[in-house]
Amino acid sequence: MPNMVVCVKQIADPEAPAGSFKVDEAAKKVVAGAGVSQVVSPFDEQAVEAALRVKDAHGGKISVLSLGKDFVMDVIRKPLAMGADELILLQDPAFEGADSRSTAYALAMAIKKIGEYDLIFCGRQAADWDVGQVGLGIAEFLGIPSVTVAQKVEMVDGKVRLERVVADGYEVIEVSTPVLITVSNELGEPRYPKLKGIMAAARKEVPTWTAQDIGAETSQLGAAGARTKLVKLFAPVKEAKCEIIEGESPEEAAANLALKLREAKLV
Amino acid sequence: MAENKGVMVVGEVVEGKLAPITMELLGGGRALADALGEELSAVLMGSGIAELAQEAIAFGAEKVYVIDDPLLANYRTDSYVAVMEKVVKQVSPNILLLGQTAIGRDLAPRLAFRLDTAVSMDCVELSIDPESKLLLGTRPVYGGNARGVYCCETRPQMATVRSKALEPLPRDDSRKGEVINIESGLDPSMIRTEVLEKVKEEVVGIKLEDADVVICGGRGMGSAEAFQDLEALAKVLGGAVGATRPPCDNGWVPASLQVGLTGKIVGPTLYIAVALSGSSQHMSGCSGAKNIIAINKDPEANIFKEARFGVVGDYKKVLPAFTEKLKKLVSG
Ligand SMILES: Cc1cc2nc3c(=O)[nH]c(=O)nc-3n(C[C@H](O)[C@H](O)[C@H](O)COP(=O)(O)OP(=O)(O)OC[C@H]3O[C@@H](n4cnc5c(N)ncnc54)[C@H](O)[C@@H]3O)c2cc1C
Ligand SMILES: Nc1ncnc2c1ncn2[C@@H]1O[C@H](COP(=O)(O)O)[C@@H](O)[C@H]1O
Repeated sequence: MPNMVVCVKQIADPEAPAGSFKVDEAAKKVVAGAGVSQVVSPFDEQAVEAALRVKDAHGGKISVLSLGKDFVMDVIRKPLAMGADELILLQDPAFEGADSRSTAYALAMAIKKIGEYDLIFCGRQAADWDVGQVGLGIAEFLGIPSVTVAQKVEMVDGKVRLERVVADGYEVIEVSTPVLITVSNELGEPRYPKLKGIMAAARKEVPTWTAQDIGAETSQLGAAGARTKLVKLFAPVKEAKCEIIEGESPEEAAANLALKLREAKLV
Repeated sequence: MAENKGVMVVGEVVEGKLAPITMELLGGGRALADALGEELSAVLMGSGIAELAQEAIAFGAEKVYVIDDPLLANYRTDSYVAVMEKVVKQVSPNILLLGQTAIGRDLAPRLAFRLDTAVSMDCVELSIDPESKLLLGTRPVYGGNARGVYCCETRPQMATVRSKALEPLPRDDSRKGEVINIESGLDPSMIRTEVLEKVKEEVVGIKLEDADVVICGGRGMGSAEAFQDLEALAKVLGGAVGATRPPCDNGWVPASLQVGLTGKIVGPTLYIAVALSGSSQHMSGCSGAKNIIAINKDPEANIFKEARFGVVGDYKKVLPAFTEKLKKLVSG
């Protein structure tokens, strides 16, 4: 039965209306407005779903890892409520100021501490900074193969068979375990936690591991281990002003729009 | 330690031709190389691709490194990373550019980690800092709600670039360049994944990425059938139909029609947005559109902040009359 690890990140809801996010240029941070809730990054929920589907078919154990701070426990427990077996939080001031590389290093060290792993799942990208590197970094630190942007993950005769989304369709890929897989929305909706799952999740102990617990070298962590530098952060300017085309009826407005496009030589 | 010099573009080959993104990277790479007074090179990996080296030269490369090996026929992470690691160690480029494509997204991070450097993903702008001479990559973050400018001090400085963000140079077949063959050094046991099958979504008519007119439908369309009305409009205007993510997730249209941050990048002259709200992640895919037209029943929808012309109304009433009128205008 496969041992699985899923890496999930807690972020501000990326589907909050445009305008909910303000840029603090001095602090080089994006600040979410008061009404924006925290969520598990959407592709990471799909990564949990992918692991659960493997578990439904073959059994096994799912460990969920999340590195961060200011965790909202009801939010970050969601993978447990969906059916994952354990949740481990990675929290330490040494992790702060991390880039993709130092985050991947810390997660890889935590996965080594978990010890047994056949399948590791990540989201295709975290929906805050939209990078899409941490999964591949984990694979590189662990020295295992990786397949990105999966829409389907199955185990067939002890091997892993995946569908990888590409521009004009998908590829069917086969790989042995252990393997790191990043998951995309094409996988389908993640399951809703059932009440029983939510209650069981609320009772589970959630351990927190520090840099020392995972045996990480501090020079590789957080800002010290980062290779990228954010020089500047700014809000893009939008200058479009829309001319609303009117009419006595929707049909007339539509016809006027067509005329307008002709006038502007767009058709 | 060898000094890192030169701008290198990782080429992509699609159906035996140089991919448009590669020409764009060569155009953008040329400007960086000129700003630094360094040379521009391209890397071509694949099977039976040697003759494309002249193409890369015609689009601006001074040197082309060709790695031609049957083991490179399909993109696979292990083989492409291993070959690129070899090429980078041999040539020591200062800057390495890839496309934000199915290949670049997969190859660039893994290669950067292998080389112990860093990559800025999905850049829409590249420049050289006049003082530090470092590569600055500007990338949308938070689904397009903000932009970050990144750099790294390790070499090579890497970036992946969004399609249609950079201008290709006009093709010039009189350009001269040098072609250098490099052995792949691959052996099959190094490649841990196997491609069993490639399943292609057949495209009828013009490709979304290439279309000059794009009609895009959103969640408000409500069904697969409703997209036929968009097809009818596309036919009148000689355009292609795209979609936001919900119609793809709901199975109304194939996933390959998705436009946006995690879908296709389009850059048409005319972009007609029907029953979609204009989320930042969707708009990331059409920021290059020159004229956005919105049809939406909600006057507060964000799409009206992005559009040039709009009609507030139910698309079920607006669209047929719009298509009818256009048909007359276009034929008359
Ligand atoms: C990391 C990340 C990546 C993403 N990548 C993408 C991407 O690549 N592409 C993408 O599209 N999305 C992407 N999304 C999803 C995105 O955030 C939005 O959820 C999505 O774009 C919304 O699609 P929509 O505008 O069609 O739907 P909605 O936001 O639900 O808007 C529907 C609109 O239709 C209008 N409407 C309804 N009925 C009618 C009618 N009868 N007539 C006229 N108007 C009507 C409504 O007024 C509303 O404005 C991504 C999300 C995340 C978090
Ligand atoms: N802080 C984190 N904790 C746990 N997993 C993470 C974290 N950051 C990134 N990941 C995982 O790596 C994926 C890609 O992240 P990124 O490279 O930051 O876009 C995410 O979808 C998660 O699965």
